[in-house]
Amino acid sequence: MPRLSYAAPASVPDAVKLLAGAQGLAKVMSGGTDLLVQLRSGRAKPELIVDTKKIPGMMGIRETADGWVIGAATPSAELSEHAGFSAAYPGVVEGTNLIGSTQVQGRASLAGNLCNASPAADSVPAMIAAGAVAVVVGPTGQRSVPVAQIVTAPGRTSLAKGEFIFEFHFPKVSGKQADAYLRFIPRTEMDIAVVGCGVNLTLDAAGVITAASVVLGAVAPTQVAVDATSIVGSKLDDAALAALDTAARAACNPINDKRGTIEFRTKVAGVLARRAAKIAYDRAGAR
Amino acid sequence: MSKIHVTTTVNGEPAEFLCEVQDSLLDVLRDQLHLTGSKEGCGSGDCGACSITLDGRLVCSCLVLGVEAEGKTIGTIEGLANGDELHPLQRKFLEHAALQCGFCTPGLLVATKALLDANPNPTETEARYWLAGNLCRCTGYDKIIRAVMDAAAEMRGEHA
Repeated sequence: MPRLSYAAPASVPDAVKLLAGAQGLAKVMSGGTDLLVQLRSGRAKPELIVDTKKIPGMMGIRETADGWVIGAATPSAELSEHAGFSAAYPGVVEGTNLIGSTQVQGRASLAGNLCNASPAADSVPAMIAAGAVAVVVGPTGQRSVPVAQIVTAPGRTSLAKGEFIFEFHFPKVSGKQADAYLRFIPRTEMDIAVVGCGVNLTLDAAGVITAASVVLGAVAPTQVAVDATSIVGSKLDDAALAALDTAARAACNPINDKRGTIEFRTKVAGVLARRAAKIAYDRAGAR
Repeated sequence: MSKIHVTTTVNGEPAEFLCEVQDSLLDVLRDQLHLTGSKEGCGSGDCGACSITLDGRLVCSCLVLGVEAEGKTIGTIEGLANGDELHPLQRKFLEHAALQCGFCTPGLLVATKALLDANPNPTETEARYWLAGNLCRCTGYDKIIRAVMDAAAEMRGEHA
């Protein structure tokens, strides 16, 4: 078996050249909390690991005129410690705060959580609901891809050989807009989502919903968007919540496994959509 | 085949070692640097027995490659006591009998130290959530939490 090599390039072009030029399997490393487990179990057998953390821009959070830019390899702990980003996107941070333990959050990144491509990834539903965009770099240059279009199937992404995510752009939160993320697990901490739900709502001055994005995790091979048109134009009254529950259940295409049956996951998806929507609605109303 | 040479800082002292790419930082700490306080429980980031700080941030050393330590600052359980004088956390773990077999204890101490560095006055709920990634098969956690809360109070100077 060929020897495993490691490189920590200091620029995007150097990283792309290494990844694109690799003979065998090359893996992009950010926090490594999934990659190292896969290496040890033999599930991933790369010939090259390209550690992206030394590339300027891959780590860190900055606010711009258009919103927020998050370096793809930024550890999730930095997101929850960042007062500005946590205030703007409490739902995204609720998701990243549920990824593994404190120790894992010290390393785990948005790009890793996304590109590991688990249907249950906790940061992904709220990122999609936020309309976040991934800046993908590679041999053909740079392209902007909505986060919703990165994961194509469990363990698979739309990234081509030599490509990786450099940063994420989150739109500016303005007016009465807010998000929330909830997940169901059988205990209180350290488990994999049975269902996750991210909601992002925008209200007008009277508290009427003008835009709604609701995204479910762990109920289909990839994260799925719920048709939330039924709550737009409402003040999230009981009828709107019932319609959202129905729409969330209709979006589900889950598996049966030890964490939950198809029936259970489908029912919980409706419940979490309602609860997360209420939280997002209250947060947006308070802005 | 040549190994990779890594220069780093461990508990304030310069250190260097040779490793293969796939060697975890935990492997290196234990087998090359002979710092065997950090334990391997699961090897997959679930148990926290290998907890260390990397540039001040709490991480599982089983989920860090040895080569990533280049130029970094590492803190392990061996750096907690001041010579023969136990850290207040270590003393309180003994007083409260917050351990039986002791395998999880170094990780719990390193994780708790990181908690109290960030938040000297945590609620019990905050402490329990922070330490949710440190598994203990013996104590049922209650004595650990009592030791943590007592040590935190002492370190804030509340029992003089």
